[in-house]
Amino acid sequence: MIAIVDYGVGNLFSLRSSLLAVGADAVITADPCVLRAAEKIILPGVGAFGDAAEKLRESGLDRLVKEEAAKGKPILGICLGMQLLLEKSYEYGEHEGLGLIPGVIRPIADVIPADYKIPHIGWNALHFGAEKHPLFRYLAEGDHVYFVHSYYGAQCKESVIATAEYGADLTAAVASGNVMGCQFHPEKSGSVGLAILRAFCEMEVA
Amino acid sequence: MITKRIIPCLDVKNGRVVKGVNFLGLNDVSSPVELARYYSDHGADELVFYDITASAEGRALFTDILTEVARQIFIPLTVGGGINSLEDFDRVLKCGADKVSVNSGAIRNPSLVKEAAKRYGDQCVVLSVDVKRVDGVFRVFAKGGRENTGMEAIEWIRRCVGDGAGEVVVNSIDTDGVKGGFDLPMLQAVCDAVSVPVIASGGAGCIRHFSELFHSLPQVDAGLAASIFHFHEVDIGELKQSLLAEGIPMRTIKKG
Repeated sequence: MIAIVDYGVGNLFSLRSSLLAVGADAVITADPCVLRAAEKIILPGVGAFGDAAEKLRESGLDRLVKEEAAKGKPILGICLGMQLLLEKSYEYGEHEGLGLIPGVIRPIADVIPADYKIPHIGWNALHFGAEKHPLFRYLAEGDHVYFVHSYYGAQCKESVIATAEYGADLTAAVASGNVMGCQFHPEKSGSVGLAILRAFCEMEVA
Repeated sequence: MITKRIIPCLDVKNGRVVKGVNFLGLNDVSSPVELARYYSDHGADELVFYDITASAEGRALFTDILTEVARQIFIPLTVGGGINSLEDFDRVLKCGADKVSVNSGAIRNPSLVKEAAKRYGDQCVVLSVDVKRVDGVFRVFAKGGRENTGMEAIEWIRRCVGDGAGEVVVNSIDTDGVKGGFDLPMLQAVCDAVSVPVIASGGAGCIRHFSELFHSLPQVDAGLAASIFHFHEVDIGELKQSLLAEGIPMRTIKKG
């Protein structure tokens, strides 16, 4: 069973539907017992980093996610959920993340040319570099996924498993052991997105 | 590289997809769920659902259909029509919409865009504007293009973007339904005024019109159309292959 962490951020209907579409048994939950019992955890998120980090902390689910990650359970952060996996964000101030993956969240305006629109919104191609992470085993270099974001993962070079070109090479996905994150929305990325979710669902649990 | 988006628009009334020619004379075309799946399978980058129902029953039927679409289709969904309040935003977002398009509702309630952007984020709020030239000036029209509000369109669009609209759909009443091509001068004026994504609507009749749009106005992010897709006068897969061959960045999907 895959547990989608419900900490009061965003609409999780599409995410759950997309997991059901790849044959996974997915539940939306804030119940620590269910999250501990789950084989895998997905950390979703939309909106501002500060608010989301606070909600996660208030619910105590931040510690739980860290504990489960330490046990080796596969964790997938999506969009803001990916950003929360890193150490820190500079979106409207300075906010602590979960620190499961080294790196910080900075405005994309810092690295892209001035004539590029912000947010980075739409379909962009994924580039994997020399080695393709198991999360992307059903994908081909250049497959398109759907992005909506104004901030990106910086100083996380060691963990980057995919980038997207938008006037600069932006972090599209990160991984450190059993902890993974996608800046884009696999649940909104058509068959390519479903193939990523399928690969995550099929990963061996340690 | 970010791709240009091709967006079919589905007007829904009493649970069926309809399309007006110059906004008049509605025809039933197909089931919204079936049509949405067809478009998604053939490469549509996003879908827009427009609720043109007036009755409460029709509205309930629309949200049911939307929920069913969101259960089966995994590309971004924008929903518009009858969005007048934050409660309306809530209602359609809960059914699985990713973005909400406001038109007359923003004209009636000038704080709607600002409040919605604050609550749901700029990326969630799409400003849709029906624009028509009156004595050489771009004017905002309301009520499905029937009523001249007297507002100057570029000023209105600039204001709404300032309030937090994350994207703008520009529908030219002058070119809508005519199939003579998008309204390039109008779109140019909007692109010059705002820096958020601009979606062109009204006037597409064939593949060449999309090619013309993206070649002459590289700032435009997406092209939206309805009847030419519904009646299969333009096939989305062929359209995208053709634009890709001309060097316009397009997302294409593998068959099978």
